[in-house]
Formats: sequence, C-alpha cells, structure tokens
Amino acid sequence: MRMILNRLLQAVLVAFTVGLLTFIMIRLLPGDVAYRIAAGRYGYDVVDSAAAAKVAAELDLNRPAIEAFGLWLYDLVRLDLGTSLVSGEPVWDELVMQLGHTLQLAVSAILLSLLIGPLLGILAGLNRGGFLDRGLMLVSTALRALPQFVVGLGLIVIFGLMLNLLPTAGHAHGSHLVLPAFTLALGLAAVSAQVARDAMAEVAQSQFYRFARTKGLPEWQVFRRHGLRNVAVPIVTYLGVQFIYLVEGVVVVETLFAWPGIGHALVHAIFGRDVPVIQGAALVMGLMFVVLNAAVDGFCYIIDPRRRDA
Amino acid sequence: MSSLVFAQTPALRFSLRKSLGLFILAGLVVFAFLPLIIGGADPLKQSLRHSLQPPSSAAWFGYDHLGRSMAARLAAALRLSLGLALLSVVTAMVPGILLGVLAAWRGGFIDRAIGAVSESLLALPGLLLVLMLTAIVPDNPAMLYLGISLVLWIEYFRVTRALARPILNSPAVEASRLLGFGPVYILKRHVWPEISAILLRLGAFGAASAIMAIAALGFVSVGVRPPTPELGLMMIELLPYYEEAPHALLQPIAVIFLMVLALQLLAGRQNSGKETA
Repeated sequence: MRMILNRLLQAVLVAFTVGLLTFIMIRLLPGDVAYRIAAGRYGYDVVDSAAAAKVAAELDLNRPAIEAFGLWLYDLVRLDLGTSLVSGEPVWDELVMQLGHTLQLAVSAILLSLLIGPLLGILAGLNRGGFLDRGLMLVSTALRALPQFVVGLGLIVIFGLMLNLLPTAGHAHGSHLVLPAFTLALGLAAVSAQVARDAMAEVAQSQFYRFARTKGLPEWQVFRRHGLRNVAVPIVTYLGVQFIYLVEGVVVVETLFAWPGIGHALVHAIFGRDVPVIQGAALVMGLMFVVLNAAVDGFCYIIDPRRRDA
Repeated sequence: MSSLVFAQTPALRFSLRKSLGLFILAGLVVFAFLPLIIGGADPLKQSLRHSLQPPSSAAWFGYDHLGRSMAARLAAALRLSLGLALLSVVTAMVPGILLGVLAAWRGGFIDRAIGAVSESLLALPGLLLVLMLTAIVPDNPAMLYLGISLVLWIEYFRVTRALARPILNSPAVEASRLLGFGPVYILKRHVWPEISAILLRLGAFGAASAIMAIAALGFVSVGVRPPTPELGLMMIELLPYYEEAPHALLQPIAVIFLMVLALQLLAGRQNSGKETA
C-alpha cells in the first residue's frame, strides 16, 4: 500500500518537474515568443501582429508569470497537452502512436536482455572462476564502458553494412526492430549478468543449497526449488535501477536507428523548440519510468514472500 | 588460515585494478593537455588537402573529413569531457556532502525537506533532466554542466546521509560532545574519515556517467554544437565516412571507451556500491 502511494507521489513529482521546466522553456524562447511561435506555425512570410496576438492570447503569454504557470499546470493536470507548435497536430494523437513504437522497442529489449543476461550469469555463478565466468566478466565490463550509441554503431557497421543482414533504420517490418532492441538489450544484459552471477555464486555456496545437493537431488531440481527464486529477487530488483538506463537509452537508440518513438520525437522537438511536444514526450517517458518501477515492486512482492510480512 | 592473509588478498587485487585505471586516466590527461604546453595543431583549422588522410608519421592520428587534425580534435574533446565531468563532480560533491551531513545531523523537518527535493529530481531519469535543461538554453555548455551537477549531487547526498546518521548516533560522537568538542571537530574527526573513503568511488562513477551523458547528447546533436570538438559529435560527423576512413571513426570511440573504463576501474565493482547507496 505504502509502495503504491510512493509511486503515485513520484508520478505527481514527474508531472510537476516536467511542467516547471517546460514552462521556463516557453518563457525563455528567445525573441518575442508569440511572433516566433506564430512564425513556426504559419510560416515566416505571413506572420503579422494579429497572428502574434492570437498566439499570445491562446498561450496566455500576456498574463503574469505565476498565473500563467498555474494555468500551465492546470492544463497538465487535465492532460490537455495542447497542439504541436510545428505540425499543429494535437500532441496526444502523436504521442499515442509513438508510445506504441517505444513500448514495442522497450519490451523487446527487456525480454531479450532477460534471455541473455541472467542465463549466462547463472551459468557463470554456478561455475565460479571457470572459463565462462571470466569471459563474461571481461565482456560485460567492456560493454558497460561503452555508451549505448557506440554499441549501436558497432552493430550497424557489423550487421547492417558489412554483413548486409539487417536494416539499420526505419520501422517498416519486424526486422527493423532487431538492431535497436539488441543494442538496448546488450547494455541491460551486461549488468543483469553480473548481478545474476553474484547472486547465484552466493546461493550456490549457501548451506541449504549444498544440503539439497548432498541429499541427492538432481542438479536441475536443486536449482529450480532452491536457486531460482533466490536469484530472481536481486535480478528483478536491479531491473528497477536499469530502467533509468532503458529510458535514457530509448532517447539515444531511437535517434540512432530513426525509430519513430517518443525518444526520437523528444530529440526532434528539442531541435525545433516545440515546447508542447517536449512537455508531452518528457511527461510520458517520466511516467513510463514510474510505471515500470511500480511493476518491479509488484514482481518482487510476488517472488519474495518475506516482503509481504514487512 | 590467518585473518591477515584473508584481508590482504582482495586489497592487493583492488589496487591492481585501480592502478591500471589510474594509469589509463593519466595517459589520457597527458594526451589532452600536452598540446596546451608544447603547442599543436588548431582543432578548428580546416585543410581539405588533408581530408580523411590516414595516420602517418607526420600526423599520428590522421585527419577528419574536413582535413582537421584528429589529434588536436581528440585532445580538445578530451579536455572538454574531462573538464566538464570534473567540474560537475566537484560541484555536486560539495553541496551533496554538506546537505547530507546537515540532514543526518538535524533530522526532522530539514531531513525530510532536502530528501523531498532530491526525490523530486530523482523522479525523472537523469538524462531526461539534462536534455530538458539544455532545451531551455541551447548551445550552452553551462546548461550541460548545471544539469549534470543537478543529477549527481543526489547520489552524494543520499550516501553521505546514510553513512553519517549511524556515526552521529555512535557512542564515540556522544563522548566527543560530552567532552565539549564542537561540530567542526566532530565532522573532521568522526564523519570525514568515513565519508572520504567512498568519495573517490562515487566521484569516478559520477564522472563516468557525466562523460557518457555529454557524449550521448552530442551524438543526438542536442548538446555541444559543431564545430566544437566533442567525442559524441565527432562520431556522428565521421560515421558517413567510415568506409573510407574507419580509423577516424574508431578514434573517438576508443578514447571514450578508455576514459569510461579507467573511471570504472578506479571506482571498483558497481553492484556492491549501488546496494549500499
């Protein structure tokens, strides 16, 4: 219950921070804001003072700052994100479509990373000091020292340009998803493999684990009954920390692969100083972060019965 | 088995990792700042005759697509990254530690108030916050610096608060207080030794994430603008020429890899650090 309340509070804070920053942004647009926005909307040739006045009235640019900020937040609370300053389309309509693409990418990346990271980590942890353990350590340390876009670039050069196997940009069909999802997944897996490896090594050394072996259970059954849950808790908990990486990665990776998601939209909006779109995209990404964290809380609750008593 | 041997082995391995990190970092610093001392090519000077020239004995790092010296550009980009990262870490460290100690010392309302501010900043992923700040005043490294410091101080604050609270409640501090020592003495004598041990580790991680963030923003063309040499920006500029000049694209990648690797080696394993935070 407390957990849910905390996450709700976090969501409110996200909305407030985004609202505050975008409000400052629109106030600080250089030059006469109204003229600038009108020019962006109608083209530089047809802007006159009437058009600027209309924009000023519409965006409450004439009111004192505090009052305008209140109205700005009130719009945010009503989830009225306004229309894009560049395209003139309602921000919501654009966001809904982009959110679908981003979720598709994020979910595939998480699933892919869970397939790679914990599996290798557990195998390495079961066989500590072995060849796999040391190899994994080396690779994951190297991967973590590379920014996501470098990993993405590497994949583009290898699979897209040298081997000509996969498309490097766009989203026309399924194969376009592979490289961006894989880029994000590798970064996530590098960390979750190390977490899984440490957790598994600790569990494998514990007395209950050795006892289960001593009493003659087959290796798989020992792992399934005594290992899996214990290893799963830190991995899932750590996913929460990794979501920061995921949300940040979405911005960079979507831009690199021209994936038409929210991160891509955010970067382009910042480029075009399209404040309503910046606000909407940042809000949705922030809330996505909160929701993912709440999901992690829930999963931990299910996996680890000790938390239910607390 | 004697406990002495037990305690020594991990310490030894640690120092090996750390000294390797220090070695790489020192090399990069020398490479970055040597041109300032002995003089070198101008990182902005174009000469299309040299365009995409591979490394040679005259220019060890070759030239980029506009015939600018890669060595000079890499050094300038390193100065920017390292300088900005160091500046942000120091800016974040001082208020982070002071506020952390203050929160642990006074508790109650002050503790909750500072905690709430840090929570609200933490609600948004760091890069998003930096991205939005750079959107407010574009083309300005000062906003990058502000944004990164704003994200980094939270880690210092939280760790310091968590460490300082049990220390301030310990019998040792109580004894010092009863003996009449003031807060300055207690901070210097009891709190500082505990905190200073983790400063390097937090600082190295902070610097690594700052460097990554600067490069990522440069890469999506939102951070520093051309023609300023910046590692992420250099990569995106040189990407179209990777077939003719793979050496040019690989250089900034290698530099950022070495820089982050060195800082991570200095900091030690991440997992154990995050859990105590």
